[in-house]
Amino acid sequence: MLNGTRRFGALAIAAAMVAAACSSAAATPTPTTAPPVTPAPATPTAAMSASTPAPATPAAAPTVNCVTGTITTSGSTALQPLIQDAATAYMGHCPGATITVNGGGSGTGLSQVAQGAVQIGASDVLAGTKLATPDANKLVDHVVCRQGWIVVTNLDVTGVTNLTTQQNIDIWTGKDTNWSQVGGPNLPIILVFRPASSGTRATFKKIVLGGATEATGGQTLQQDSNGAVTTAVTQTHGAVSVIGFSYYNDPANKPLLNGLQLDGVNATIANVGNGTYKLAADGNLYTNGAATGLTAAFLQFMVGPEVQGTIVPKDSYGPISQ
Amino acid sequence: MAQLTGAYPVAGLRARPGLRERIDLPKRVVFAAAASMIFIVALLLAFIAWQGIQLFVKDGVPVGQIFSATWQPDSTSPNVTFGLLPFMAATVLVTAGALLISTPLSVGLALFLSEVAPQWARAIVQPALEIFVGIPSVVWGWLGITVLVPFLGQTFHDDIVLSLPVVGTVLTIPGFLTGFSWLAGSLVLSIMIVPTITSVSFDAFRAVPQELRTGSLALGTTRWQTIRHVLLPSALSGVLTAVVLGMTRAAGEALAVQMVIGNSPTMPAAITQPVTTLTSQITLDMGNTVFGEPWQDALWTMSLVLLIISITSVVLVRLINRRRMGA
Repeated sequence: MLNGTRRFGALAIAAAMVAAACSSAAATPTPTTAPPVTPAPATPTAAMSASTPAPATPAAAPTVNCVTGTITTSGSTALQPLIQDAATAYMGHCPGATITVNGGGSGTGLSQVAQGAVQIGASDVLAGTKLATPDANKLVDHVVCRQGWIVVTNLDVTGVTNLTTQQNIDIWTGKDTNWSQVGGPNLPIILVFRPASSGTRATFKKIVLGGATEATGGQTLQQDSNGAVTTAVTQTHGAVSVIGFSYYNDPANKPLLNGLQLDGVNATIANVGNGTYKLAADGNLYTNGAATGLTAAFLQFMVGPEVQGTIVPKDSYGPISQ
Repeated sequence: MAQLTGAYPVAGLRARPGLRERIDLPKRVVFAAAASMIFIVALLLAFIAWQGIQLFVKDGVPVGQIFSATWQPDSTSPNVTFGLLPFMAATVLVTAGALLISTPLSVGLALFLSEVAPQWARAIVQPALEIFVGIPSVVWGWLGITVLVPFLGQTFHDDIVLSLPVVGTVLTIPGFLTGFSWLAGSLVLSIMIVPTITSVSFDAFRAVPQELRTGSLALGTTRWQTIRHVLLPSALSGVLTAVVLGMTRAAGEALAVQMVIGNSPTMPAAITQPVTTLTSQITLDMGNTVFGEPWQDALWTMSLVLLIISITSVVLVRLINRRRMGA
């Protein structure tokens, strides 16, 4: 009892819907692509487009090298807030540029930039420690900031304000298991780790633990992000972990955490800058081969005065050493 | 639609009767849908299998090493070992714990809905179950981490000692150091799989012919005797299918479990201690490893192990159903 004409009718409706969908999809880009052409001057490279964009900050505009185009970054979540804020500022100056900032982790950033899936891969650790040599050699490192990490505990670990490197080694390798052994209350030490593959953990292991093997077992937890670590530390009695400055200085987190000195040095950006606080590393942005076009212009913007002078300190990073 | 069919001038089409036989469009469309589905599954199996064996083929890790209890994947560590046993054991144990809690609850609920509940109660419970299904796993995990984990950690801090009058101490379970634990994972999962087990068992009970119930009651049995001796045996294969489906769901869940089990990569020692499942270790390391390094290959091997678990359960369900057909 299949009715042929009705079937054709249905097909016609379906075809019409597809056509409508196509036309609406085709229609959308037209108005969006049109405006950027007008404000962005016809000179795509090295244009000092001072007058055209950026009505908000005319003072900073002359230093911005505007290049139109679209690039994507991915990688370290520790660096993501800085890259995101810098990208927003750059796009504010240069309406013809689109910079999409993704996270994913240092490994994702390195993989994707080596594969050509993104233009910039952000990593807390050097490419050579993760990628095979031929891939690592293709990548070009651009250091855009210094980042610091701080050892934090639950608020019930009272009386502990400082841990020496040796005390940290004893705690994180499982030799000391109670806070009373380092001058704190009689409370078991709960170690909250990032996964062994994380850049934060690798940096801490190298700089503070001197490569010593960390404890495993019932008193250890693993959480996969700075946010999850912060939640676990605030909720667990006697918990200790390591988080990035930008997360520690977040007003939502800071009152819930007990931040510790390392070898008697305060964990501040200033001390990272003058080299006295040692739990710090470069923030690396990698490109596959030499940067060109918008990628080069954006990387140049990131080491320029606006990002280094305003955005870097605001997001609790340290400026690059000049 | 009925009006349309009645009034339709079909004569014009009947003039070329061969067309429909030659191009049977609906048949082709559904056939293409089925074929592409099989194609996608085949590709998926091939890809995961291929990636999963790279650890052995490309990186030269002996197959037996994945059954080691040592997880030391960091290439800078003195003896790199890709032991997946802690994760496999934790997946099995956390899932088993969830099933142990969930099965009696769900089967009881299905029996209630199918045999006992008055119409109005069914009208409330069934939509409630559907809402249950729709709650995303991250919400369960979040509830777990904010309510369940602190509760367990604070309430059961001391060792739990089971002792008998004459024998003395039988079993000592260490108290929770933190609430993050195998038990927390099992509890969260047990809630998540209740709707799956309930709805599939409910269908199994509904499929039992009414004659069996009336016949049994006519012999003078009570309702409980009918359920116990007639209904449960007849619907057993359906209930087992429900449990296996719940098991697959539990073994494959990543997010909610990862949030509450603590993710300590060690062999499970006690129900009160943190463990890591296959799924949670994959999500933890996924973003931090790079494509092609042995560490990431090991994660693919874990995916392959999960896939084997899931295929085994599908085969199990098939076997159970075949037995039912045969009986």
